[in-house]
Amino acid sequence: MKNKYSIISLIKNSFSYHENWQKAWGDPEPKKEYDIVIIGGGGHGLATAYYLAKKHHIKNVAVIEKGWIGGGNTGRNTTIIRSNYLWDASAGLYDHALKIWEKLSQELNYNVMFSQRGVMNLAHNLQDVRDLKRRTHANRLNGIDAVYLNTEQVKKFCPIINTSPDIRYPVLGGTLQRRAGTARHDAVAWGYARGADEMGVNIIQNCEVKGIKRSGDSIEGVETTKGFIKTKKIGVVAAGHSSVIANMAGLRLPLESKPLQALVSEPVKPIIDTVVMSNAVHAYVSQSDKGELVIGAGTDDYVSYSQKGSHDIVEGTLNAILELYPIFSRMRMLRQWGGIVDICPDASPIISKTPIKGLYFNCGWGTGGFKATPGSGDLFAHTIANDEPHKLNAAFNLNRFISGDLVDEHGAAAVAH
Amino acid sequence: MFLIHCPYCGEREQSEFKAGGEAHIVRPKQPTELSDDQWAEYLFMRKNIKGVQFERWVHTHGCRKWFNMVRDTSNDEIKAIYKMGEKPPTK
Repeated sequence: MKNKYSIISLIKNSFSYHENWQKAWGDPEPKKEYDIVIIGGGGHGLATAYYLAKKHHIKNVAVIEKGWIGGGNTGRNTTIIRSNYLWDASAGLYDHALKIWEKLSQELNYNVMFSQRGVMNLAHNLQDVRDLKRRTHANRLNGIDAVYLNTEQVKKFCPIINTSPDIRYPVLGGTLQRRAGTARHDAVAWGYARGADEMGVNIIQNCEVKGIKRSGDSIEGVETTKGFIKTKKIGVVAAGHSSVIANMAGLRLPLESKPLQALVSEPVKPIIDTVVMSNAVHAYVSQSDKGELVIGAGTDDYVSYSQKGSHDIVEGTLNAILELYPIFSRMRMLRQWGGIVDICPDASPIISKTPIKGLYFNCGWGTGGFKATPGSGDLFAHTIANDEPHKLNAAFNLNRFISGDLVDEHGAAAVAH
Repeated sequence: MFLIHCPYCGEREQSEFKAGGEAHIVRPKQPTELSDDQWAEYLFMRKNIKGVQFERWVHTHGCRKWFNMVRDTSNDEIKAIYKMGEKPPTK
């Protein structure tokens, strides 16, 4: 049983100089056999294990992670959370996640620092205006809060934006989702890890998958750097490396893995109290609680697993940032990094069974998976436990690439690819 | 961020080029006879290899010609470049 985090436990631990806090999760050696093995210890994988134990009472579960938990895309994204997607299927999926976010800190007894500071998407040309208005209407029909703002309203909501009509891509309007915002990305992984560990899930770090053992069309187990682990069900949540795992199982996926970059500035006083995204000029920015500007760049157009990305992508993004926010012209950038994102042809994820019995994939989140972490884990746990998708993720099956029933979200994905 | 030796123009920065995805995916000879599974395989399914991969690239801001490349996607090292229609290197 984990001790509850509270003001009282904080005071109590201050007497021992905070040196005797209970471990948030253990460091077990893998058992010989598990009911379910989750490959990938990011937010989505840990959330899956958490909900398997909590909602489906399957506790003989291992999460295996080749590095450290939350060290992949969970720790590399720009932490933006929103649900203003166009199609009904996506609206259901992302708003399900947003509703869990709203109560997540209380549920996990772990402060994920969810901040509903609003997300504003800008329009820079007539087509943007039409698309964003259409999306606003679609959102409202699906019960998702969305409003369309004209240029003056954009300026009022975020005064540092340059709304002058003579810039290269003038701001013609925008949409605002007030329930949207940001969260502390590491805390999401840690909170789920702590919760899952408490219920008996084994979190095994520094354990890389080397092969998937099949007999005919069913699963027998996984070969790892810590030995063979027997299991009948595997849930793969390996983000950019999903195709690598799929190849081990002899399965093909409609994915391409590409570097996506982000960067943060030196910390400054509060200057931007919301998240502003611009699809057309490809710049999005928010400010972390430490005061750093958090800036998201675009993907490179070539397949790469190098976690680097090209310099010209960053340059293009900063050009756009400077035109929209001249006030940032003297800011210095502190860090830049890349993550490998697995992109589906329709910019929607796959949370699905596969032709191989007992093998499940949760992948293809592309450039926007962080926002869906709790919902993704919940629905993937449902899919694995029942061997059937939940109605909210039924549309996101692998079969849609054969049937042609795609969920085209390139417009709402906000990162052009 | 790397340099690419265009077979027509010589060495240029990668930002002058555009990647065209996996190479040597042959368009089905008789499209009308294809099943939905085969269409999906042709249209969407990709090897997406971590390691040595065969790709198509185009020199967008240069000669605008297409060519093939063999590249290690784990570290972006280019192994070989050859023109369209030429046989891929075996080694």
